[in-house]
Amino acid sequence: MTNPRHDSNTRVTQLRVAPIDCHAHGICAELLPEMISLDEWGYPLLEGGPVPPELIRTAQRAAAACPTLALKLVRSGPERHTHHRP
Amino acid sequence: MTTIESTWPAPAITTRPGLSHGWPRDGVTMGWDEHLALYGPMRASRRIPRGGDRALVDAVRQAGLRGRGGAWFPTHVKLAEVAAGASRSRPPIVVANGCEGDPASNKDHVLLGLAPHLVLDGIEFAARAVGATEAVICVHRDDMMADVLREAVDQRRPSGTVPAGAGPAGFPVRVAEVPDRYVASVDTSLVNFLNTGVARPLARDPRPSQRGVDGRPTLVDNVETLAHLALIARNGPGWFRARGTEDAPGTALITVGGPVRMPGVYEIDLGSPLGQPLRMAGGTDGPVRAVLVGGLGGRWLPLPAMGNVALTDPCLRAAGARLGIASLIPLPAHECGLATTASVLRYLADESAGQCGPCMFGLPAIADDMTRIADGTASPGLLNRLWSRLGVIPGRGACAHPDGAAGLAASALEVFAEDLSAHLAGTPCGAANDPYPLVGRP
Repeated sequence: MTNPRHDSNTRVTQLRVAPIDCHAHGICAELLPEMISLDEWGYPLLEGGPVPPELIRTAQRAAAACPTLALKLVRSGPERHTHHRP
Repeated sequence: MTTIESTWPAPAITTRPGLSHGWPRDGVTMGWDEHLALYGPMRASRRIPRGGDRALVDAVRQAGLRGRGGAWFPTHVKLAEVAAGASRSRPPIVVANGCEGDPASNKDHVLLGLAPHLVLDGIEFAARAVGATEAVICVHRDDMMADVLREAVDQRRPSGTVPAGAGPAGFPVRVAEVPDRYVASVDTSLVNFLNTGVARPLARDPRPSQRGVDGRPTLVDNVETLAHLALIARNGPGWFRARGTEDAPGTALITVGGPVRMPGVYEIDLGSPLGQPLRMAGGTDGPVRAVLVGGLGGRWLPLPAMGNVALTDPCLRAAGARLGIASLIPLPAHECGLATTASVLRYLADESAGQCGPCMFGLPAIADDMTRIADGTASPGLLNRLWSRLGVIPGRGACAHPDGAAGLAASALEVFAEDLSAHLAGTPCGAANDPYPLVGRP
């Protein structure tokens, strides 16, 4: 039984960097150049928008490889848009 | 009784009902008796309702009150979020932000110095609204404000001279003294300071309203916001909406500094034309060419072209600025806007907490670029490099500090575009070596 509200198609995965945690190791840009470049000081500039399905696994590897765990993949979808608790 | 007259000029007191109506003109702090004589008792029960006071949150929503700390975020949304996050093990707490980190602003200082009990009332009403049983008020250390507040808190204790029915007297409010740094007044800095003693911003997520002091839902509100809340709770939302506009109801305290005849803090209706507080301050002392709006991390707007823009955050955004921490500092016509901006950028770079790369490295870089432009020593590619830096800095810090600096720099390049051409051609204006001293004003 599938609940359409939890269909994976309604959710998107996006990249986030925790700015205080990021120490400009730059590994993320090496592993995921399709979506991450570095600014002149070595800090990541993220491609906006959702991570395409074919890059999800690479993005997960890049997040896991970050020495400070500053790179995160966040899943969001229509059912999570509100800040308020039910 | 603490006298504050030597520290700042008394604000222009409005005669119409509003925040500063009836405040003392002599600069002497209103004590508890004077406060009660002016406003009457709070008429609220001493019991803080568990889960908050929904009727009060709704009154704030109807009033349309928005945060006066610079973000202009709807206050009732934050109240509701804090109230909703409460649990037995994590009771909410109220943090009143009186730190006023931007040197271009003096309004919170004046408010606390003249009417500390109105802010303390606001803290108690806010605590009711969210169901909090304790509160902290944060002010800068090394000035007299903490003493003023401790005295005011003492005056409200039940053992003192509090008349019966004067409100939930004895509500525990602690006074915390925070280092006098620009980013120490960010809401997450206060949470961090109260938790760890370090007054530096935290990551945006979770928000203090979700998890703040001791992991509890924490309402961080600017002291002026709380003062308005105290009057909305007393007089109702209709009273508040009688001033200001439909979209931007109420009044606001605004600091007017720089080349005006009477620098100080004034109360305006939101939506007033930009030129009005300048006129209230006695007009400018000689011709001016631009005005810095919204604090040192604000934006330049050209004068007299923008003299009629309405002082609301949405209207100012449409004009390329933002209301931010309400502050206006005109720039005299003979001063160099680029050199002045360079000196402010240097200050903002020095005030970075040094936690986030784009701020730690980006702000000194754009301060250097602006200094070279001002000096007339910019290399041919420098302007393009500066614009690209201004494009990548915003939105990448834990707080909005780098965004403010980048926005200020971009507005200077646009508003002082004519000067920019001359400076880039190696012929800076005569005032380029002598920036107008914005830092430290008013």
